[in-house]
Amino acid sequence: MGKSVKLLLATVVLSMFFLQGLACAQEKPFPTRQVNYVVCFDPGGQSDRGARIYQPHLEKVLGQKVIVDYKVGGGGALGWRELARSKPDGYTFAGFNIPHIILQPLQQEVGYKTEQIVPVMIFQRTPLGLAVLNTSPIKTLQDFIEFAKKNPGSVTVGGSGSFSGYHMATLRLEKLIGAKLTYVPFTGSAPQMTSFLGGHVTAVFGASDDLTIHRDKLRVIGFAMDERFPGFPDAPTLKEQGIDMAEAVDRGVAVPPGTPEPVIRKLESALIQVAKMPEIQAEMTRQGFIPMAMGHDECKAYVQKMTAIYKDLAAGIKK
Amino acid sequence: MEFSWDYLMQGFAVALTWQNLFWALFGSLIGTLVGVLPGIGPSSGIAILLPLTTFLPPTSAIIMMAAIYYGAMYGGSTTAIVVNIPGEASSVPTAMDGYEMAKQGNAGPALAIAAISSFVAGTLSLVGLTVFAPLCANFALAFGPPEYFALMLMGLSLVISLSGRALLKGLISMALGLLAALIGQNPLTGAARLTFGSVDLMAGVNFISVIVGVFAISEVMLNIEAEASAISLAGIKNLMPSWADMKACIGAMLRSTGVGFFLGLLPGCAPSVTTFVAYDLEKRVAKDPSRFGKGAIEGVAAPEGANNATSTAGFVPLFSFGLPTAPSMAVLLGGLMMYGLQPGPMLFKSNPQFVWAVIASMYIGNVMLLVLNLPLVGIWARIAIIPFPILGPIIVFCSVLGTYSIRFIMFDVWVMLVFGLVGYFMRKLGFPIAPLVLASVLAQMLETSLQQSLLISQGSPLIFFTRPIALAFMVLSAISIVWGIWAQAKRKDGVIVEETDE
Repeated sequence: MGKSVKLLLATVVLSMFFLQGLACAQEKPFPTRQVNYVVCFDPGGQSDRGARIYQPHLEKVLGQKVIVDYKVGGGGALGWRELARSKPDGYTFAGFNIPHIILQPLQQEVGYKTEQIVPVMIFQRTPLGLAVLNTSPIKTLQDFIEFAKKNPGSVTVGGSGSFSGYHMATLRLEKLIGAKLTYVPFTGSAPQMTSFLGGHVTAVFGASDDLTIHRDKLRVIGFAMDERFPGFPDAPTLKEQGIDMAEAVDRGVAVPPGTPEPVIRKLESALIQVAKMPEIQAEMTRQGFIPMAMGHDECKAYVQKMTAIYKDLAAGIKK
Repeated sequence: MEFSWDYLMQGFAVALTWQNLFWALFGSLIGTLVGVLPGIGPSSGIAILLPLTTFLPPTSAIIMMAAIYYGAMYGGSTTAIVVNIPGEASSVPTAMDGYEMAKQGNAGPALAIAAISSFVAGTLSLVGLTVFAPLCANFALAFGPPEYFALMLMGLSLVISLSGRALLKGLISMALGLLAALIGQNPLTGAARLTFGSVDLMAGVNFISVIVGVFAISEVMLNIEAEASAISLAGIKNLMPSWADMKACIGAMLRSTGVGFFLGLLPGCAPSVTTFVAYDLEKRVAKDPSRFGKGAIEGVAAPEGANNATSTAGFVPLFSFGLPTAPSMAVLLGGLMMYGLQPGPMLFKSNPQFVWAVIASMYIGNVMLLVLNLPLVGIWARIAIIPFPILGPIIVFCSVLGTYSIRFIMFDVWVMLVFGLVGYFMRKLGFPIAPLVLASVLAQMLETSLQQSLLISQGSPLIFFTRPIALAFMVLSAISIVWGIWAQAKRKDGVIVEETDE
């Protein structure tokens, strides 16, 4: 009798501990400690600035410190490889970019696969626009196309990197207008814009924030967007001129594969809450970006859609 | 951007507030410190401090970060001269004559002339920045890929003069540097090269890792081997340079200001490049070039002037186009953007008080740095008498920390250690190290500009000879190569052949 009472008591005590533990876990859901936001590009770059704008607000919403960490190299590939291998508990997430995470694994073995970068949300879009200097004899897209057809290959279009959004945009444009263009890659948007301003390339596919900075020196003859870019209301889109293509760099936040659904949802709602703050939207707009708040499910579908588009183009270059 | 005394005076009014004076001083101190510590450079320094400055008003924050950048140019010479380990990539040529001077007991004058030359070049370049920024900005735009290629080729031709008498060994050293720079992704196409399927190697070899390895780590290894008790055993005889020294250096200071400033306007021409060019120029104009590498004081004044001129010139494209010329400038640009300041032509119109306050603070910062550095010459020179068992580990510690903080990946640290071994064997076998460093610094721009030029010209190399600036640099590099080889050949025929000396 005494023995079973003891056993019972022990069981009760143990279950209480267990329940308490469970209660604790329920009371304190993710996150219970600081989280790491990995930036895969240099400090001060576009990805870093995005992270820095979000950090203080995210800290308030999550109620935990958000540490911005850097893993730089291979055009972001190094950081994303780290992310794919990180513990999937939501405490480590990273900034990710489309099309980078789609194009890099298509080009070669980079240590991660597109599916391993699980998007939580996309907060910013940087559409690309085809621009010439405002001193250029090319005034419109029509001029550009005619010039390209008359001088096949000698029309140079500057962009940042190969197998990048800029490169894809040029290839897509080339196909759609049926004239040969020469894509000239640069090691970043800074040298790209310097060379463009100096007149060393005919045109550029420029990121909307760069075009915003240099707006008094250039003429955008077509934004690769479905509707007009709010910062350049007078610049036509390529689509309204009969060239149906949209090309942008999208930035967002991703977690490692295998992260539990509730954790993803928690992060998603926190990030979207920040994204909807008016001051965040105003800051993004001022810097020349389009603020977004695309959630987890929509992001996944978007990545799949873009992967299908890029696969053919990538296969075309590799030949 | 139009120059006006009104704006400049208003700038000084802002820069001379107690708060801004404090942050300029703070930045100068941190800059000197990151300059002195081998491996830890201004870009890591600024990047680490950037998030901590958010409580400051933008003007103070940028004043501080700018001061870190040019302050590091003052500090970098210290360890280069005293213990033959450049504190910065921008002080590599300084070590060649600076350390020789230190060995002869002249560490004091070498350090002093480095500070004075930094101040003269820094201040003259500031005048250039203040008055001629719009003209200078257009100069930067005249450089397209073909001009960059020709310029980088000319840079590479300096290998001949950096090799001393061991031309063949110098060329091997250069080839090794170029080869190392090829590891990783092609900077333009992203294709993996020499990675043997390893994803780690795709990160590529960072030239800071190469420099820290071949200088700091190999120096420590040599000292361990020699069971050194102190890195430099020479006593410190005098501290201030003589009038004769000063006079000898005035020309070097002015020339290096010109070279450093104009090349510094070009994106990609970081101080690590222009210092080599300035050093080489001094050697070329010297009456007796053989003194170089044996403790010529102009060999210290020239690179130290050039790196300050370059760091100041970098603000021209940064402010007027929002274009960074060096990694530190890119971080600074990010800082500006974080504070909601959009660099570019609009900055001068929309925030003149900010721009002019930063420019004014740089005049003040340079004076502060001169004051900090000159009286402290004696203290810096004493680094040499820190017992090696203490100094050696500190150097290794800073090297690891510094290389890790470039990209925050361990790979860079391993690369640094490997190049420590490479540097050790090169020194043992009498290979000059400077060509390796120069090649690893120039390789990426050399390659990308060549690829871009040939894309633009649709494969025709004539593009390098039909554009005037490119042509001028091509001719200069041809002259440099031919003259260098001819001088070598002549020496071989003559009496003085001292291969063993190397």
